[in-house]
Amino acid sequence: MTTAADQARTAREEPFTGPLLDVKDLHVEFKTREGVAKAVNGVNYTVSAGETLAVLGESGSGKSVTAQAIMGILDMPPASIPQGEILFRGRDMLKMSKDERRRIRGQKIAMIFQDALSSLNPVLPVGYQLGEMYRKHRGDNRKDAKAKAVELMDRVRIPAAKERVNDYPHQFSGGMRQRIMIAMALALEPDLIIADEPTTALDVTVQAQVMDLLAELQAEYHMGLILITHDLGVVADVADKIAVMYAGRIVETAPVHELYARPAHPYTRGLLDSIPRLDQKGQELFAIKGLPPNLLRIPPGCAFNPRCPRAQDVCRQKVPPLEQVTADDGTPLPGRRSACFFWKETLRDG
Amino acid sequence: MAEPILEVRDLVKHYPLTQGILFKKQVGAVKAVDGISFTLHKGETLGIVGESGCGKSTLAKVLMNLERATAGQVLYKGEDISRLSGAALKAVRRNIQMVFQDPYTSLNPRMTVGDIIGEPFEIHPEVAPKGDRRKAVQDLLDVVGLNPEYINRYPHQFSGGQRQRIGIARGLALKPEVIICDEPVSALDVSVQAQVINLLEKLQQDFELSYMFIAHDLSIVRHISDRVGVMYLGKMVEIGTDLEIYDHATHPYTQALLSAVPVPDPSDREKRERIILSGDIPSPANPPSGCRFRTRCWKAQERCSTELPLLAVPELLAGGAKHESACHFAAERETAAAA
Repeated sequence: MTTAADQARTAREEPFTGPLLDVKDLHVEFKTREGVAKAVNGVNYTVSAGETLAVLGESGSGKSVTAQAIMGILDMPPASIPQGEILFRGRDMLKMSKDERRRIRGQKIAMIFQDALSSLNPVLPVGYQLGEMYRKHRGDNRKDAKAKAVELMDRVRIPAAKERVNDYPHQFSGGMRQRIMIAMALALEPDLIIADEPTTALDVTVQAQVMDLLAELQAEYHMGLILITHDLGVVADVADKIAVMYAGRIVETAPVHELYARPAHPYTRGLLDSIPRLDQKGQELFAIKGLPPNLLRIPPGCAFNPRCPRAQDVCRQKVPPLEQVTADDGTPLPGRRSACFFWKETLRDG
Repeated sequence: MAEPILEVRDLVKHYPLTQGILFKKQVGAVKAVDGISFTLHKGETLGIVGESGCGKSTLAKVLMNLERATAGQVLYKGEDISRLSGAALKAVRRNIQMVFQDPYTSLNPRMTVGDIIGEPFEIHPEVAPKGDRRKAVQDLLDVVGLNPEYINRYPHQFSGGQRQRIGIARGLALKPEVIICDEPVSALDVSVQAQVINLLEKLQQDFELSYMFIAHDLSIVRHISDRVGVMYLGKMVEIGTDLEIYDHATHPYTQALLSAVPVPDPSDREKRERIILSGDIPSPANPPSGCRFRTRCWKAQERCSTELPLLAVPELLAGGAKHESACHFAAERETAAAA
């Protein structure tokens, strides 16, 4: 039944050569009793096949909300998207019908959530839940679906997959459950995976296993990966490029090596400086003063200005655009943008 | 070295597993803490690291006497406090306070900040007489960097970092000598973590506090600790100064743990040699025989399954490590690689 539609879609998609995902000026708001919370205020980013984009930010920065908007799993209302485009292979997903989006979700774009225990259904065996992907999207029968589920569990290196396919989520450890989530995301070989804090709930030794697995599978299937995290260490390990978010806006984008070596935004600088370093033992840690803003009352101008050591009058009046960052001789640095009026100074003093 | 303030000797905490309803029969035990010894000195910070399920939070609860120890001793200034009860326990508790992990659930939402921080004075009225309490609470708010005028606000009016400051103020109220911090910053954002760590360090200097700092974030533990103990499945596997543990670890688990930590520096990506452990941490209800780490250890041999390695300075290392490590084949990683 779906095969004809599948073929039609494949034919339509083949000639497209731009980035896999192109988010343009995305805004997301939530209506609350106290007013409108502006969670995302004009986010732009692109992801190509085989590329890993890390979205770095603290709680409330809008990184997860952006991902949910891309997946189309925001509760609307209270959420609404007043402005923006989410282009997947050149087509705006926000303008698609519900059915069309459902076909993309799971088949073309899949998501891995932070908390595997609450993302899996506790009363169904994991094999059944994995097989569901094939039954619903591919129309496979139960037997075939289960066989494919075992194959998937093997792929993500769950030992004795055949014996464990009928086990329930609580019978697996945290790391194993996260592997099952990865397996579920990979099931239909999507083009893009969004991983929202995939290892935050895991211990470091298990985190290393899971991140390795994810990176390996990504390379094998040549998928795009959006990794949402607050952990500067995980980002340094796997990302190709980074987008740093603050109060619903991207404040800096850069290739991973350059961001760590020479940040062009005071917030990024502050984040990097607040990591305890070896040579600082016994000294006071650098801390960004103040607190992240309340999304109901984002400060005028640059949202970071009350906490910024470089803030001037202009920062309190105008919102700094995300500008191309250039080298000293004026040549643009590829992939580098900063939303700070003083990125030149920040880059120089870095 | 300063005098010991807290000595832990062979501390054991087993939670019984029972079967049956009317006639409960013990069928086993979860060995959460299984024979741990260490000493906390006055004015020092002892970091405790380990993965979830290794028993580090149970250890904190037993030290606080929130859980009764199954066996072993906790000596506070030479006196065993693990069997105390009633007035004697209350008196000792004044000197050992705790800061909890989650600032959202550890503060009562129906109490004002003044009531939360002042509650310890209700239990120990000798510390601050009734008339002085409001002033004492305001002083504490000032000490932890909050505006003393916030005394009548409720917890929900504060951010996570501010709430953790309230939790710290409550811990300080009785002027304790030891504070046990159980993951005090892991629920906080990166930019706020540093603020709280700085506060804890400042308070330590001002009040000569001894900290037991439990955390899973190894870089923060390294920053704040004088000595570090590494736990695995209810056992202390290695303990030493921060330098000994981080640069000269001899236990394979410590080495694996350190190598697994993501380093916030992408230029290290290719250079680093990571040890990826296979499998998961075994159940503490049914730990492996002999060395508990042997099921995931690449050095494991026959001897490891029969003989429990004791926490001691390894004899084999001539002129090498001087700190305690519970491994039959303890060796620094660099030397092992070179050989």
